[in-house]
This record gives sequence, structure tokens and C-alpha cells, in this order.
Amino acid sequence: MTQPFLKIEGLKRQFPQAGNPDPDPVFEDVHFGIERGQFVCVLGHSGCGKTTILNILAGLDEATAGHVIMDGREVRGPSLDRGVVFQSHALMPWLSALKNVEFAVRSRHPEWSREQVRAHAVKYLEMVHLGHAIDKKPAELSGGMKQRVGIARAFSIEPKMLLLDEPFGALDALTRGSIQSELIGIVEATKQTVFMITHDVDEAILLADRIVLMTNGPRAKIAEIVVNPMPRPRDRETLHQQPEFYPLRNHLVDFLVKRSRAFAPGADWDPKNPPLVYPGAPARAAA
Amino acid sequence: MTRNKPWLAPLLSVLFFALFVGVWYLATSTTAAPTAGPAVDPEYAALLGAEAATGGQSAMPGPGEVAAKIWEHVLDPFYDRGTNDKGLGIQIGYSIARVLGGYLLAALVAIPLGFLIGMSPLVYKALDPFIQILKPISPLAWMPLALYTIKDSGISAIFVIFICSLWPMLVNTAFGVASVRREWLNVARTLEVKPIRRAFLVILPAAAPTILTGMRISIGIAWLVIVAAEMLVGGTGIGYFVWNEWNNLSITNIITAILLIGLVGMLLDHLLAWVARAISWRE
Repeated sequence: MTQPFLKIEGLKRQFPQAGNPDPDPVFEDVHFGIERGQFVCVLGHSGCGKTTILNILAGLDEATAGHVIMDGREVRGPSLDRGVVFQSHALMPWLSALKNVEFAVRSRHPEWSREQVRAHAVKYLEMVHLGHAIDKKPAELSGGMKQRVGIARAFSIEPKMLLLDEPFGALDALTRGSIQSELIGIVEATKQTVFMITHDVDEAILLADRIVLMTNGPRAKIAEIVVNPMPRPRDRETLHQQPEFYPLRNHLVDFLVKRSRAFAPGADWDPKNPPLVYPGAPARAAA
Repeated sequence: MTRNKPWLAPLLSVLFFALFVGVWYLATSTTAAPTAGPAVDPEYAALLGAEAATGGQSAMPGPGEVAAKIWEHVLDPFYDRGTNDKGLGIQIGYSIARVLGGYLLAALVAIPLGFLIGMSPLVYKALDPFIQILKPISPLAWMPLALYTIKDSGISAIFVIFICSLWPMLVNTAFGVASVRREWLNVARTLEVKPIRRAFLVILPAAAPTILTGMRISIGIAWLVIVAAEMLVGGTGIGYFVWNEWNNLSITNIITAILLIGLVGMLLDHLLAWVARAISWRE
């Protein structure tokens, strides 16, 4: 059996509580894998530990139990192999957009010349259509532009994997839509492996090949992994016209409003192998 | 209303100033009129000579006399006629040199140490009791100890400036460094930024506005303290000048020096404010 590119095994996270040596873990027994080039979204309500999982993948947090293996090596601490786009963009306000990206490029390639670093940073800023605003400080950029700089920064280090923590949560629908399209474009062009957190069903359908559904915390688990039947690249404007769209969407919404709260695993539910579900495409499931 | 009349505030300032000078003039000129008080004691008149002719008049000068004195100092700020008679420019120069010396030494100690305290909760906890005790001590209380150990009054004054500028810079640097936003540190971590690079490119710029605030408080305190310190150690400096002129009972010189102290203090504060503006960032 071949190992997936990224493998998460038996992950569990407890946060220490005063006077309680064994508090309820936020999540436990989390197993899943991501193949190279795959776009995986985690969908779940607040408090199910999505961000904690992402932080563990990024190496910014440590699991209480279990481990993460990427490309045959265990994840221990942060690494340039994993680029992170933070929920709050996390740009340094004293640096211009260009300098923010250059800071990352310089970290990746300390041996590069000033011109090389600059050219590389500009290339990624142009990819997110910010070529005209590279000398602006974050304070002079709109929320969407800031998040674009954050995306350019994460892509510019050409990581093996990209981690996105609800990057569009704070944006208005219009801006979100255009940045989502840009993200699709870059991911297609770079064949990037992506792990992204969201609580927006439509965003998950648009972007993800696999949608990991998490039950509510504490003791959150992976209920199932939904396979998106619609082929890549998906287009926001025509997506909802495809026959698979509504069965998939209904399945996800149904999970979020009902089953995430009262998830009752069946006898054959195995946390080590969360079931793959193919809503709207029973023929594929049988195959 | 003030938006379309930008001259209103300066006009009011001028008005207040004129009012103040007017009151001052009236208050000092009335005493000049001979009062029907008791006659001057002949023995006292013999001691004072010509001064006695003014009777019991106060030595408080009017605005005209002070203005004339200021003009005199402006024309010749750097004269040197022996130990007890030097120009205001020389005296203020000594004071500024002492303040800058002690202040820069304090910055050299306080900023790196503050960095360390801000980065390490352990060092913070270990040093906190000392800082708590040392911070509220009046810098002048150190003076005898400094004079005894250093045995040089000039360096002792610099030491007193050093000790009083230290605490605001130390505490502010530690606070600024400790409260650098976690997300920027996380960015540095995910980019595997080395500690030195992180210190200079992430933590220092993030904490710079807070550090500058500390530096600005420090220069203000240092300028307050230098006057008192120089009154104690004597020899040179604007503080010594004030005390010396008190002994000479030259109120005009004292008032001139007071105005100069205020002016230089304002300039120092503006200088630091300008630097603070240059390195501050907006989110």
C-alpha cells in the first residue's frame, strides 16, 4: 500500500486546564491523508479544532498524541516546506507589499542577489494581480489586497504544501470570489498541494477535491471525507449548473446543520479509515 | 470653526502672551514707586551702598529688563570670563553634553537588556524585583554614592542622568518586545527565520514605536534632572548657572536661564517625536 504525500495519524489535542489533568480533547483519533497535487478542505463548525489541526500541520502547535508525516518525514516544528496563509493576513505593517514578500523569498533563498529576490517577489505579486501596488504599505491596501499579498508570500517560497486558514473569512463576497478564482489559477499552474480550512460550503465545493467533514468539538472526529465529483478546474459561474452540484451541496449543508452535532458512527465506521462519500454520483461510488 | 481660521490659535497665543507680559509689567512697576514705609536703616544702607537707594524694592525685574538681558545673552552666548562667569551658550552646552552622554549610555544598556527581558519570561521574572525597587528611587539620591565611588563631579552628573534615563527605556523596550504580535512571530517561524534576523527584522521594527516612547520619556526626565544635578555638583552647566545667579541675586539671569531650559527641553522632545514618527507604522 503506497503512503499518501501527507499522512495524519491518530492526531489528538488537549489544551491544559487548571485542576483537570485529563481535559476533553478538542479532537481525537483524526486520521487522513492528502495526495500530491490534491486540494483538500476541512469543513466544520467553530470549535472543532480546524485551526489547531492546521497549526499542527504548520508546526506551530504540537499534538498531544499522534503524528503527521509529510513526504516520508515526520513534521516537527515549522518549515519552509509548508507555506501558511494566515486568517488575519499577518503582514508586517512596517514593510511594503513587495518587502513583505521579499522577506519570505530572502528566507527561502538567502544566497540570492537583491535583484533575484526582487524579481521573484514581483512575479508572485503579479500572479495575484498586485503588480501596481507593490510599494504600498499594508495600511494602504484593502482587506482583499492584503490577503492577496499573504497568498503571494506563501506561494513565493514554493513550498511542498500550502496551508490556508480561512483566508477569505473576513472578505466581502465579491472580493472573495475574485481571489478564489485567482487561487484556482495559481494552484492549477503550480500543481500545488493545498490544505485549507473553511466553514463556507460553496467555497469548499469550488476549491476542494476532497472535503473533510468534522463533527463538533470537543472530541471532534472526522465523520467522513466527501469526494467532489466535479472535475478541475471548476468555474464559479457554471459550477451550479452541473448535475452533481446540488446533491453535493445539500449533503454538505445537511451535515453542517444536523449530523455534525449528532454524529452517531455506525458499526463499520473506522476512524483510521474515514469513509469516502460520493454524493450525487452513486455510480462512481460503486466503481 | 478653527478649520477655516488657522490663524486663530496663534492669535490667541499672542494675546495670552501680551496679557501675561502686561500683568508682569504692572506687578513689577508698582513696587518701583517709593512707598511710605519705614526709613532704611542707615547701617543696612552702608552695607548695600547704592542698592539701598531703592529702599525695600524687590529684585523682581520687569519684562523690559529680562528682554534686555536675553538680548545681551543672544549677542554674546559663548563668552568666558573665568569659572563663575561663562556665557549661557557654554553653560547649556555642558548640560546638553552631560544629558546626551548619560542618555546614550543608558540607551546602550537599556535597549539590549530590555530586549532580553522582553524575549525571556524567565529573565523578566528574575529581574523584575530589582527593577521594581530601583525604578522609584529619585536619581539625585544616587548622587552621594556616585560622588564617593566615582570621585568626579562631572562623571557623577552623567551617572545620575544615566540612572534616571535607564528605567523608562528598559521597561518600554521589554514591554514592546514582549507584546510583538504572535502572528508576525509565527510568520517568522514558518519561514525558518534565524534568531538574529528575527530580532532585527521582525521584533525590533514591531517594538520600535514602544521603545521610542520610552526614549522620549527618558529624555524628558533627563532634562528635568540635569538642572538639579548641576545645582548639586556645581562648576558648569545651566543648573549651576541658575544656582550661581541666585547667589548673585540676578533674577533677570535666572529668568533667562529658565526660558532657555524650557526651550532646549522642547527641542529635545520634538527631536525624539520626529524620530518616533519616522519609525512608527500604521495598520
